[in-house]
Amino acid sequence: MSTYEILFWFLTVMALSCALGVILSRNPVNSVLFLIATFFAISGHYVLMNAQFLAIVNIIVYAGAIMVLFLFVIMLMNLNADTEPQKNRLVQFAGVISGGALFLVVLAALRTSSVNMLEQSPTDIGLIKNLGKTLFTQFVLPFEISSVLFLSAMIGAVVIGKKEEAVSEVKQ
Amino acid sequence: MLLLQIDTAFIIEKILLITVILLGSLGIAMYLTWAERKVAAVMQDRIGPARAGIFGLLQPLADGGKLFFKEEIIPDRSTRTLFILGPALAMLTALMTSAVVPWGPDITLENGSVIRLQVADISIGILFIFGVVSLGVYGVMLGGWASNNKFSLLSSIRAASQAISYELAMGLSLVAVLMMTGSLSLREIVEQQHGFWDGYFTWNFFKQPLGFLIFLICAFAELNRAPFDLPECESELNMGYHQEYSSMKLGFYLFAEYINLFVSSAVIITLFFGGYNFPFMDKVAGAASPIVFSLICVLIFLTKIICCILFFMFIRWTLPRFRYDQLMRLGWKSLIPLALFNMVVTGAAILWIFK
Repeated sequence: MSTYEILFWFLTVMALSCALGVILSRNPVNSVLFLIATFFAISGHYVLMNAQFLAIVNIIVYAGAIMVLFLFVIMLMNLNADTEPQKNRLVQFAGVISGGALFLVVLAALRTSSVNMLEQSPTDIGLIKNLGKTLFTQFVLPFEISSVLFLSAMIGAVVIGKKEEAVSEVKQ
Repeated sequence: MLLLQIDTAFIIEKILLITVILLGSLGIAMYLTWAERKVAAVMQDRIGPARAGIFGLLQPLADGGKLFFKEEIIPDRSTRTLFILGPALAMLTALMTSAVVPWGPDITLENGSVIRLQVADISIGILFIFGVVSLGVYGVMLGGWASNNKFSLLSSIRAASQAISYELAMGLSLVAVLMMTGSLSLREIVEQQHGFWDGYFTWNFFKQPLGFLIFLICAFAELNRAPFDLPECESELNMGYHQEYSSMKLGFYLFAEYINLFVSSAVIITLFFGGYNFPFMDKVAGAASPIVFSLICVLIFLTKIICCILFFMFIRWTLPRFRYDQLMRLGWKSLIPLALFNMVVTGAAILWIFK
């Protein structure tokens, strides 16, 4: 086994076990922490594929910003293991059946399909220079459209934030 | 089984470098606590620590010893693992940033081998720093929440929202710098600021004064230092997020802050004040042997960092604390538009004047 393979298997095991931890742990704060660890493992995979920019942006955006907000909300709501609502048997049973059916379908689909092997030799496409050139030449239209989408989401957030103020003014 | 494909000499060199940098930053952080108290004493017309050693120079050791031997208390109702994880994460993220800072120029030995005074020259150095800084919140948040104390929780929420708000302006102010340098690698940014005068001032500070100002203010906020030390303002929150901590866990939080101060000063110097570059460095390079020249460069770099740290300390003991709404207004309504403006002006200047 080469260093690459050792790292690959380590990261894979880490990603999968942490992802399981997200859904299996009772405390939501622990779930969030497991999810952050999963993001780190995925970033490690990006680094192995020589996509350093994607790796670090994954950490900055997901682990550094979005998960902090998740943690924020969970901490403020003070969700604990004992506040978790008890679901009745019927719902649990239905959940198991539907989940199992989905699992079977996915398994059947994956069994017959052939997955293309990823090229192991490092490419330079994930480096920031090449990524920037690709984004701003070949994919410039989708890129700009998605940024407009973000802008509209931002404006929407501002509008929602403003609204309460206006209502309270009317009340006064 | 080919397990060790990596060059052993390379590993040893890097481990040595990492050890030196870690021990160095720990030692410097130790004496920063002493310096902070001395600076405060001078500003307030006191003597400051004077009992342990000459000028109180052994005071950090005494403090450290005291923290080590104190009773370690983990609150009964706390979340135990996270309570321990908090200070550990704070320390880890504080120490991680130093990996990408170039501490000096490459040393080329007579047999042609090159020693690099930088742990990792990655092509995304600045983004790495951003990533680590954005992770720094977790130590504070987890510690504050796990303590199961409302003051700790309030303080950690303050710290997190402050850090998130100021990260934006910090990133935007750096975008302008990156547009000028055209590289994310810290080594390349330092090398572009070679010397001091090259027909124009080479240091980024002279090209991006506004960007520097925004970055500096954001650095104050990210470091939780006065005038932005709201997460630990005693009058409202007792001690802040480390209220329930005792012994060396408390020490880790306090220590991590000083390491952060040291490392972020290093980053500021690297980005805006030429890193290890100094005026007439080419003449010195011609006169001295490579190793001596590198040592001079490292010393110059450390001197600049210490000046920057002293500036941070002077500000801390001069300005009063902001109110929380003032802090948020400054971050969102002043610094972010200013940083965007700076970005647009820089872009226009690059497009129409320098091309």
